[in-house]
Amino acid sequence: MNRPQVMALAAAAALGMSQSAIAVSDEELKDLRAQVREMKLDYEKRIDALERRLQQAEAAAGKAQVAAGKAESTASQAAIQASNRPTGENAMNPGVSLILNGIYSNLSQDPNGFRINGFVPTLGEVGPPARGLSLGESELAFAANIDHHFRGTLIASISPDNNSAAIEEGYIQTLSLSNGFTLKAGRFFSAVGYQNQIHAHAWDFADTPLASKVFLGNRLAEDGVQLRWVAPTELYFDVGLELGRGRQFPGGPDGGRNKNGFGSSNLFTHAGGDVGASTAWQAGLSYLSTSPRDRSYNDPDATGTTVSNSFSGRSRLWVLDGILKWAPNRNNTYTSFKLQAEYFRRSENGSLRYDTAAASLGTQTGGFTSRQSGWYLQGVYQFVPQWRVGYRYDRLNSGATSLGAVDSGVLAAADFPVLAHYTPTRHTLMADWNPSEFSRIRLQLARDQSRLGATDHQVLLQYIMSLGAHGAHKF
Amino acid sequence: MESIFKLVIAVAAALAALPAFAAINVFACEPEWGALAQELAGDGVSVYTGTTALQDPHRIEARPSLIARVRSADLVICTGADLEVGWLPLLLTQSGNAKIQPGSPGFFEASLYAAKIEIPKIVDRSLGDIHPSGNPHIHLDPRNIAKVANELSERLIRLDPANADVYKTRAASFQERWRAAVQRWEQQAARLRGVPIVVYHRDLSYLINWLGLREAGSLEPKPGIPPTPSHLSEIVERMRREPAKAIVYSAYNDPRAAEFLSERARIPAVMLPFTVGGSDRARDLFGLFDDTLARLLATVK
Repeated sequence: MNRPQVMALAAAAALGMSQSAIAVSDEELKDLRAQVREMKLDYEKRIDALERRLQQAEAAAGKAQVAAGKAESTASQAAIQASNRPTGENAMNPGVSLILNGIYSNLSQDPNGFRINGFVPTLGEVGPPARGLSLGESELAFAANIDHHFRGTLIASISPDNNSAAIEEGYIQTLSLSNGFTLKAGRFFSAVGYQNQIHAHAWDFADTPLASKVFLGNRLAEDGVQLRWVAPTELYFDVGLELGRGRQFPGGPDGGRNKNGFGSSNLFTHAGGDVGASTAWQAGLSYLSTSPRDRSYNDPDATGTTVSNSFSGRSRLWVLDGILKWAPNRNNTYTSFKLQAEYFRRSENGSLRYDTAAASLGTQTGGFTSRQSGWYLQGVYQFVPQWRVGYRYDRLNSGATSLGAVDSGVLAAADFPVLAHYTPTRHTLMADWNPSEFSRIRLQLARDQSRLGATDHQVLLQYIMSLGAHGAHKF
Repeated sequence: MESIFKLVIAVAAALAALPAFAAINVFACEPEWGALAQELAGDGVSVYTGTTALQDPHRIEARPSLIARVRSADLVICTGADLEVGWLPLLLTQSGNAKIQPGSPGFFEASLYAAKIEIPKIVDRSLGDIHPSGNPHIHLDPRNIAKVANELSERLIRLDPANADVYKTRAASFQERWRAAVQRWEQQAARLRGVPIVVYHRDLSYLINWLGLREAGSLEPKPGIPPTPSHLSEIVERMRREPAKAIVYSAYNDPRAAEFLSERARIPAVMLPFTVGGSDRARDLFGLFDDTLARLLATVK
């Protein structure tokens, strides 16, 4: 009996056809049952095999899916990695930036005869730039994190006149002291006042305020250490202390005293915050104390001979500074306004040695006390993107200076002409164009009455450009 | 002198003893990361956002209030990829806070976890203020938000393991809602595929990429350089030949250049919130994309 027949019979049996319809013997029935059982077993085996194959296929498909998922995530990881910073030997190089600047100056008075009457001349050059075209100081800066504890910065200025490079700033600072503390060591711009810490390329005017010139010799960059602490408050508050060598005016002599310990100390504090949605402010107070020895300056005495005088004693300087910045919604891309002011007050007590080289009337020593002050106020307004205008007013008060040698009649006030009472003032106007964040071209006009009886009308045209690492947007 | 110093130390000690307020103090450089931290941690964090949607994140100054906030932060979340190069390094070095220095668990750079586009082949400033590591405005592709959320959630757990379960639950819930939202947005935005738009700055590239929009020009002649009349008239000319569907700018951009072009070229100018807080509807990350899509879709009706 072949299989279709068996199936037909089985089907017939299943449909319940009566035995009478299809007559089959017991023998045949037995045979049929055996065949059906055999078939059933056979089919069950086949179904099992199929099921196993299906399971295997399913497992394989699952694996493929996982693999595909893995490949996708690997690919996306690779894409992320590829799109992140390039690596290589120079990837660890510090950030390098270079500042180039040049200036054209037109001055109605000879810059070589520049002095600020009423004030002791400082040790460095504070006058306006040379007449005509000149290259300004180029600045080369390197900065990077050293490791997880320290960050290092070196800023060299290359002077075009004597082809020499000087260290403007070179310091390390801590990153890991925590609790708001930062320690700086090396040479850095002293945190005395506000303007003193701003690099020349970021100044809003081509030169420093008169007060910075007479009280800090343009800029105080001290060799020393600075500890600063920022309070854990929403209102910004910091205090700090600097101990330095006293290598620059108002310290002295030039380069600092030959002694252990420190020659200058500066204690400073700042507070700052936001007002409303558009204004931010900062106010600071600092107290710089130095003890200069033989801090000398040259001045023609009553006989017309240029003599060298020197001061030894204590010099104390208080500086109060305030900054207010406004920009609609603090978005300074389009319009912004910055108001900046500083007030300086200095007292010096000690002795003044006249004609230290005995080149004229002979060396004389007498007491010296002075109380002097000065301030400036400046505003800079950015009225459209890229364009700013600014105005600055400077005023110094030479105050009361008393000279023991003059009081006792040994010498005359005319022997110290630069110290004669005077009130220097200056008006400055500027306009600058900033085609990008990295370039600036500025025109500045000034009416400078630093010199007794000689008003200097200045026209300066200047470019300042920065290359390399992106500069910092300091407040 | 000595007495002043003693006084300073005393004040310092008194202020240092002030209590901390929340489990994790977060300083977010941009609103989108502030919003994401809030989503992932809820009340477990106190979030301060350093910038708003109305400010250009490139041009922020390291002002005192920001230093004060970074000083007390346990976690700083920024975009990275040089977006904050002008101000974040100053905030970090001035803060006197070791917890949030680069390389610490408290410093989180979102752009590390997304594939960046527009990586310049030539790095030269004559091309504008370009970012050598690619376009940093990664947050306008919501798939990047999901990737960053994964990493940020892990970071929160690392910083505050005691609340790991809370962060895990919140992250799972966020990811689920986000996946559904992205699916919805992609369906809604199907009509935007291939639609040409003019942008202001190339800060919408990830959005354009995600939605398959086509950038047909930018108002800035070069990245970071404000629009110039000559460049605008060039675009007006181009728009006459092949008009775009919309001129799109971000909340922090001056609308005048876009409006000028809109009038000349008779193409609608559309302000996009750009980030959380850029419009009334963009109150959180979901609202940001809801509103962005609604504003874009209104132009192709």
